[in-house]
Amino acid sequence: MEISSATADSPPPPAGGTRPVERTKPAARPGDRIFLALSRGSGILLLVIMAAIAVFLTVRATSALSKNEGNFFTTFEWAANGTPPVFGIAVLAFGTVVSSIIAMLIAVPVALGIALFISHYAPRRLATPLSYVIDLLAAVPSIVYGLWGALFLVPHLGGLYSWFDDYLGWTGILAYHDGAARSLFTIGILLAIMILPIVTSVSREVFLQTPRMNEEAALALGATRWEVIRMSVLPFGRSGVISASMLGLGRALGETMAVATVLSPSFEIGKSLLDPGGGTFAQNIASSFKESGEIGKDALIASGLVLFVLTLLVNGAARMIIARRKEYTA
Amino acid sequence: MSGVTMNEPLVADDAPRASRTLNRPSLPRWTPAALAAASVALGTGIGLGAGLSSRIQWGLIAVLLFIGGTYALAARVEGRRQAKDRLATSLVWVCFVLAVIPLVSLGWETISRGSKVLDGGFLSHSMAGVLTIQPGGGVYHAIIGTLEQVGIATAIAAPIGLLTAVYLVEYGRGRLAKAVTFFVDVMTGIPSIVAGLFILSFWILMLDFGYSGFAGSMALAILMMPVVVRSTEEMLKLVPNELREASLALGVPKWRTILKVVLPTAIGGIATGVMLAVARIAGESAPIVLLVFGSQLINNNPFDGAQSSLPYYIYEQWAAGNEASYDRAWAAALVLIAFVMILNLVARGIARWKAPKGGHR
Amino acid sequence: MAKRIDVSGLSAFYGSHRAIDDISMTVEPRSVTAFIGPSGCGKSTFLRTLNRMHEVTPGGRVEGKVLLDDENLYGPGVDPVSVRRTVGMVFQRPNPFPTMSIYENVAAGIRLNGGRVRKAELDAVVEKSLQGANLWKEVKDRLNKPGAGLSGGQQQRLCIARAIAVEPEVLLMDEPCSALDPISTLAIEDLIGELKERFTIVIVTHNMQQAARVSDRTAFFNLAGVGQPGKLVEIDDTERIFSNPSVQATEDYISGRFG
Repeated sequence: MEISSATADSPPPPAGGTRPVERTKPAARPGDRIFLALSRGSGILLLVIMAAIAVFLTVRATSALSKNEGNFFTTFEWAANGTPPVFGIAVLAFGTVVSSIIAMLIAVPVALGIALFISHYAPRRLATPLSYVIDLLAAVPSIVYGLWGALFLVPHLGGLYSWFDDYLGWTGILAYHDGAARSLFTIGILLAIMILPIVTSVSREVFLQTPRMNEEAALALGATRWEVIRMSVLPFGRSGVISASMLGLGRALGETMAVATVLSPSFEIGKSLLDPGGGTFAQNIASSFKESGEIGKDALIASGLVLFVLTLLVNGAARMIIARRKEYTA
Repeated sequence: MSGVTMNEPLVADDAPRASRTLNRPSLPRWTPAALAAASVALGTGIGLGAGLSSRIQWGLIAVLLFIGGTYALAARVEGRRQAKDRLATSLVWVCFVLAVIPLVSLGWETISRGSKVLDGGFLSHSMAGVLTIQPGGGVYHAIIGTLEQVGIATAIAAPIGLLTAVYLVEYGRGRLAKAVTFFVDVMTGIPSIVAGLFILSFWILMLDFGYSGFAGSMALAILMMPVVVRSTEEMLKLVPNELREASLALGVPKWRTILKVVLPTAIGGIATGVMLAVARIAGESAPIVLLVFGSQLINNNPFDGAQSSLPYYIYEQWAAGNEASYDRAWAAALVLIAFVMILNLVARGIARWKAPKGGHR
Repeated sequence: MAKRIDVSGLSAFYGSHRAIDDISMTVEPRSVTAFIGPSGCGKSTFLRTLNRMHEVTPGGRVEGKVLLDDENLYGPGVDPVSVRRTVGMVFQRPNPFPTMSIYENVAAGIRLNGGRVRKAELDAVVEKSLQGANLWKEVKDRLNKPGAGLSGGQQQRLCIARAIAVEPEVLLMDEPCSALDPISTLAIEDLIGELKERFTIVIVTHNMQQAARVSDRTAFFNLAGVGQPGKLVEIDDTERIFSNPSVQATEDYISGRFG
């Protein structure tokens, strides 16, 4: 049907074959030229936007940094609106990295399990709807996770944390002194739940791509299901899983509203991960934005720039792994 | 080569060849189910007995019992290899259950708590004149805000994204195309708050425009563009080259070929991609906090003055911190989820309905 | 060491579709039996029922009996994993594990059984299996290189080495030469002649000359029409099948009138 419409739109056959052959280059046609200019222009616009993001953030950030009386990297304080302004990202960097690491430690193994469940364990009638549901879950807005985290998860974690405190409190980092469980560890759990769908669906895709003949090679040697997975599926999917995890990590690092909703922030690095306190880059920006003046906003932009660079590095690494894998399988 | 003989096995494997048999002691099929039931019962029992307050603890105990029990039993009856296999299977099942619990809970909480105040009045009223501690009020202003902001963002991002994808697939050779591909990937990973900060520094701090729905739309458009480019690109690549060649061979100029042959063939997939992108940005709240500022009132003009939006409304009502506002937050969350899910389902419906059927029809 | 295979009343299904119907035959130990027949006649499916690989295909199901020296592969309590260790398989396309070295590929089956295999013992088995597959001389200096770096024919012999390293009783080969060039094919055919001293070999082939060259017995499969299940037409000594088959369809197929 598409072909016939094309035929209908094409110029009628030249009468008597007298129409001269086009000698101009195809791009010289006005239609072609305009269309190419439009589409190339869009591509260039995208590049310009990326450059503008970097430039504008850097300009505002430098203006804030020049007024900063504290050390941007080591100061444990965020008083950007004071006179003189004093602010540092130490607490934010710590909170961002720690909560993301906790999220990864929980989410990656579980996501691998679910991905394997869908690709190799679940009966087919269960696997198809399940992968569909997982994809839908990736679309749940982060603010809803935040609301659920604050009003449902937090009240239910207190008991678990006192239990940890009873047996593992001596470690210090798992000590818990009652109060709402609005801590970095809770953030880690919530972020884990949030990035689970993306890590799962990418890993699942990779696992499903394992060449059938590699799996059969293992089966024919008398491998159990787990051995088939260990010998052919996991080695094949390793780089895919790594890049899926990196994508998840990128999301966890930049997550804003869920963290802002659940965490009870403070500008100190507490000894325990279970006690409330701490902060993340994105959370701090959202939470302190409304009380910020000109310098305060610039200071927040400076911290946003650090976050930007951090996610660029993580995502870049993920893309590189994917690209390398493409070469390897091609 | 046949000098090699294979009379005696060199390797002491666990089933010596002479006595090798195909039969193997194995646990009955219902064992995992029985073990799971027993573990849950024991977990509950221990939880009750020791007075553990959190159900999470009960569950953890049951899980540990199940995994340990499976391994021990299988190792005893079936041997080490089978035990490992069963261990892996039970771990995979546990992961599945572990993941399902929070997700079901999330859905359940939203629906049960959200349906409390969700009614026609909630959808058709704003928060004008309603104190946060009072019940009543609604999300009308937020819905207007979301629709306008998302609509403008789509109007900006969809054409740019589509044209960029066309450039990459149909024209893209050389360094510019490579750079665009790379930065589209980079852009996909930008945290939404950073996109918000960019518009803040550029539009509000530098050019000195005020907070408005449009400022939010621009940030949302930045988030949406790479998603549209990626999905459109995938769809255009699926269009068989024979179609392009058939059209070009008829003397149709390239741009008409793209407009009349390539795009119509892929339109279903492209629409799906755009709708999924819309669904994604509809739930974004971080840039709204920075750029739209939030409002209790109905503001139909996205280009002037503060607006609200559904995600922002949820955040605001949560922050108000009392029962009436929590109810409103849940109800708004339900509205937002319904909106996003409908977009998703429609998008997938289009994808199935308009799936490319190859060159032969 | 090699075992006899007795098949009786065997049918295989994909979902509700019956792919092969009611097949009975005997495969003698230490011999090569070739399966020939037109595409889609179910010879590969039948081969895969002999080591319970058919059931790993989604919807795959088998009815009937396969006796391996009096032990039914489909009997209750039989572990498919042990069956596949006893009945090895070589596939149509060479499929060495891409992430493993040549050495690790050959050792893979033994390592699966875990336990404490001493390095020296493992080395010996790997060397012996590679020699058994006529590959030792070509790869002995690069055992730690990836198996995927070998040529197609070498990869296929590597897969044979991997299969015989676990000392199976029976070796099934599913069109092992169809992806190879003539010289590699010849190498594999020579190897089959040597391997039959130690194993019962069943080979599916599209190539009738190959069947005539390597096999002692030949089974001809056919199907009545599209969508119909495949059936065993006859099985006999290879010489007889190719000179004087008892069924007309066999002769028609052999002489190239269809297929």
